[in-house]
Amino acid sequence: MKNFISMTLNGRSRDDAVPGNMLLVDFLRETVGMTGTKIGCDGGECGCCTVLIDGKPRHACLTLAASCDGTEVETIESLETGGRLSAIQRGFHEKLGAQCGFCTPGMVMAAEGLLRENANPNEDEIRQGMAANICRCTGYVKIIESVQAAAEEIASKEDAA
Amino acid sequence: MNETMPIDPEKVEPVKSVGVPMPLVDGPEKVSGKANYTADFMELDALVGRILRSPVAHAEILSIDTAAAEALPGVEALVTGADFVGQFGVLPIARTEWPIARDRVRYRGEPIAAVAAIDVETAQKALDLIEFEYTELPAYFTADDAIAEGVTPLHEKRPNNVERHVEYDLGEVDKGFEDADLIREGTYDCAEVCQVQTEPHAALAAYDGERDQLTVHASTQVPYYVHLMLEQTLGMPKSKIRVIKPHIGGGFGSRTECLHVELVASALARKCNGTVRIILSREETFVTHRGRPEQKTTLKIGMSKDGRITAVDTTTTQHGGAYAGYGTVTILYSGSMVFALYDIQNARYNGYRVLTNTPPCGAFRGHGTVNVRFAFESLMDDMATELGLDPFEVRRKNLLKAPTFTANDLMVNSYGLPECLDIVEKASGWKDRKGKLEPYRGLGIACSHYVSGASKPVNWTGEPHATVNIKLDFDGSLTILTGAPEIGQGSSTILTQCVAEVLGLDVTRIRILTSDSLVTPKDNGAYSSRVTYMVGNAAIDAATNLKAILTEAAARKMDVQPEDVECLGEVYRAGSQDQGMTFEEVVIAALEGTGTITARGNFDTIPESWGGDKYRGAAIGGSMAFSYAAQVVEIAIDPDTADIHVEKVWVAHDCGKALNPLSVEGQIEGSVWMGMGQAMTEETRYHNGLGITGNMLDYRVPTIIESPPIETHIVESIDPHGPFGAKEAGEASLAGFLPALTNAIADALDIRVSELPITPDRLMEIMEDKKKEASKKVDA
Ligand code: FES
Ligand code: FES
Repeated sequence: MKNFISMTLNGRSRDDAVPGNMLLVDFLRETVGMTGTKIGCDGGECGCCTVLIDGKPRHACLTLAASCDGTEVETIESLETGGRLSAIQRGFHEKLGAQCGFCTPGMVMAAEGLLRENANPNEDEIRQGMAANICRCTGYVKIIESVQAAAEEIASKEDAA
Repeated sequence: MNETMPIDPEKVEPVKSVGVPMPLVDGPEKVSGKANYTADFMELDALVGRILRSPVAHAEILSIDTAAAEALPGVEALVTGADFVGQFGVLPIARTEWPIARDRVRYRGEPIAAVAAIDVETAQKALDLIEFEYTELPAYFTADDAIAEGVTPLHEKRPNNVERHVEYDLGEVDKGFEDADLIREGTYDCAEVCQVQTEPHAALAAYDGERDQLTVHASTQVPYYVHLMLEQTLGMPKSKIRVIKPHIGGGFGSRTECLHVELVASALARKCNGTVRIILSREETFVTHRGRPEQKTTLKIGMSKDGRITAVDTTTTQHGGAYAGYGTVTILYSGSMVFALYDIQNARYNGYRVLTNTPPCGAFRGHGTVNVRFAFESLMDDMATELGLDPFEVRRKNLLKAPTFTANDLMVNSYGLPECLDIVEKASGWKDRKGKLEPYRGLGIACSHYVSGASKPVNWTGEPHATVNIKLDFDGSLTILTGAPEIGQGSSTILTQCVAEVLGLDVTRIRILTSDSLVTPKDNGAYSSRVTYMVGNAAIDAATNLKAILTEAAARKMDVQPEDVECLGEVYRAGSQDQGMTFEEVVIAALEGTGTITARGNFDTIPESWGGDKYRGAAIGGSMAFSYAAQVVEIAIDPDTADIHVEKVWVAHDCGKALNPLSVEGQIEGSVWMGMGQAMTEETRYHNGLGITGNMLDYRVPTIIESPPIETHIVESIDPHGPFGAKEAGEASLAGFLPALTNAIADALDIRVSELPITPDRLMEIMEDKKKEASKKVDA
């Protein structure tokens, strides 16, 4: 059984026919060919597959593609503007929030969701906001610093504007 | 550099790269999702590879009937053990594993067949159609059971299931104990743990039947060993194989040896003349783990009243699963490193590596050293308490004085441990706070160390330990070619910094290409913290050779002697008044007559670092340099739930010159945190050999919520042979966390925890027992 879905993916609308049991993460990686979203576990354990659905961080490995009909899906591929890293991406790059980088797309999307909700999170709020994402390299110290740096950069840009 | 602007040589200076905190050279790809990991290569014609795994822990294979599976439409290839011509294993002395089992299976989950099919459903259906007949054999899941009287050996050559017994007796141990004022003994147990790198193992193998060539992308730390094992197990000429390591999502030792996945994918690809992709599930990654074995250590220490250690006697047993893997090295490391952190002359060791019917263990970060360090630093602390000595003082009493050789002949040229101790003592406020914290709070200290690469390579070929090429071409860009695998530890950045530093150029002028056997020089791989030290030195050598070529070319053009040429990075000049030549001009001059330049650099270890020969296997532990670390852990325990909250960690790590202080910090934080996981929550558990923690929830990896602030201090002892004085940064700080935590628990509760992980359940039980004991005493 195929389902016909229309979604906005990274700002572009598209129509697809997907099997009813296809996971969003497989749809993104195998059908669309966007491999920035990673798979680190057998379902819901690691957060490597985090994307935004209607602006909220979601596990793409626990979401059926068919259920995304009519939604707006954003992945790591959407964040750069004009070939430049976003503030959050820059934070993760400059503060070494990414070592091996495998958790990073998910981390960055979780941070994106968090900062849209709360532009100025304190450390506890960052911890709460990123709690569904496992990193095995950093011990999270520099991930927290990365998100803080991004929040500051966004705030300073807004002040300047 | 803008070519129309005249360069003012007065203002030009060589650019500093070493010692400068620098983001990773491959960071932008990683944060933007552009970095390709093995599973990200979406070959349109790739088949799905799947592995059938043994449902039993130990059995004689009677038959594997694959006819129905092979007949299934959509199945393109099926392989069993019969499709391989040789066994694999990281140690030349222990190549005992078939990529797919033959004759016998020795653990639950061992591969027994594999298919390549057009899609996942077909592959799965095919596996279901394979009939596996076997006769079960007695299976052993603990070391005690495996070595009991009359057992069935897992391997014929190991009749009593002991893979390796290591022993030494250095100095005068008995006399050392006679001289002691206090002798204490303790037994310490650490559960098996798994690396749980975030990227599950994956391999993409493409076979070109027209040319009989195989190209393999693999998530590995050791592409060279994968190359060798492909040759041996498939019986293919090395020259027909190409191994590429793309980005990989962490290693921590999980892939410091070739694994089944690469070999099986390749066999399938060859069989169907096609492309096969195997991506293991997280559960399978737990079976393929090569983690740290369960280890039980009984340790006896003799100490004088003032805290000097007079003798050490260690007996330790690891049960490491069904195949040797790295096991022999693991049990040797435990022996060579247990006492060598300190100045101890009398030491005895008996280490047993036992074979059990569980998935094979391997070389987890801190290889072999972590669990014995836990034992040692725990007992040392208890003895300090008993003698009324401060834990820092007792450690200071036993420090080495570099340069020196330890009792087992390990060469120590730089030893920053004293500074590490001073720093964490001060930073944690130890003197003012120790013993004065509120109830249920505690402070603990421990030290640890690690090698900067093993001085003797596993696979001896007579080649240098490391080789780096730098390619320089007409465009003035430099490309470093290295086989050294970037696995997230930041090695590509470090090597770029080393080359940039020698040439005085900005790192942005330099690009790096790693781990593709078609173009990069062979490298042994990313393990035992060898890359910065060995490959870093080779990179410096290559850059120095390139600089000599450039200097000579500049001298030729300027008509001066090479020794009169000053290299300022972007400008080469002779005499301070000289306008000099720009780097581009020098490059053009250097290419005249020769064309593209490739400068090579090598590194070799010196014989003094090979670890001596006082016992069989004494070379394991030999290293050009050792890193040292001390850490203080502060905890608060909830008396009602026994929940341990790590309030803060202060760590100081002597990594020699910190080539990139930012990534050094990242490595130290990651190590401390990984030590925390092992100490507090992580444990691979089995039920009759069946893994029951095969996911990241039952195998409890710490989340960001409970992960503590870590205050990192870098100590730079400057090693005489290290690249710019650098040493290891990514492993030593792991081991210290375990005993620092349990020492803090002892401080908080007066309870000695000797079994890890110390989960709230376990601690609660110990606290309850203690209460009962206390009330019994009152009653009596
Ligand atoms: S892939 Fe692990 S939570 Fe989705
Ligand atoms: S950076 Fe490697 S898992 Fe997070």
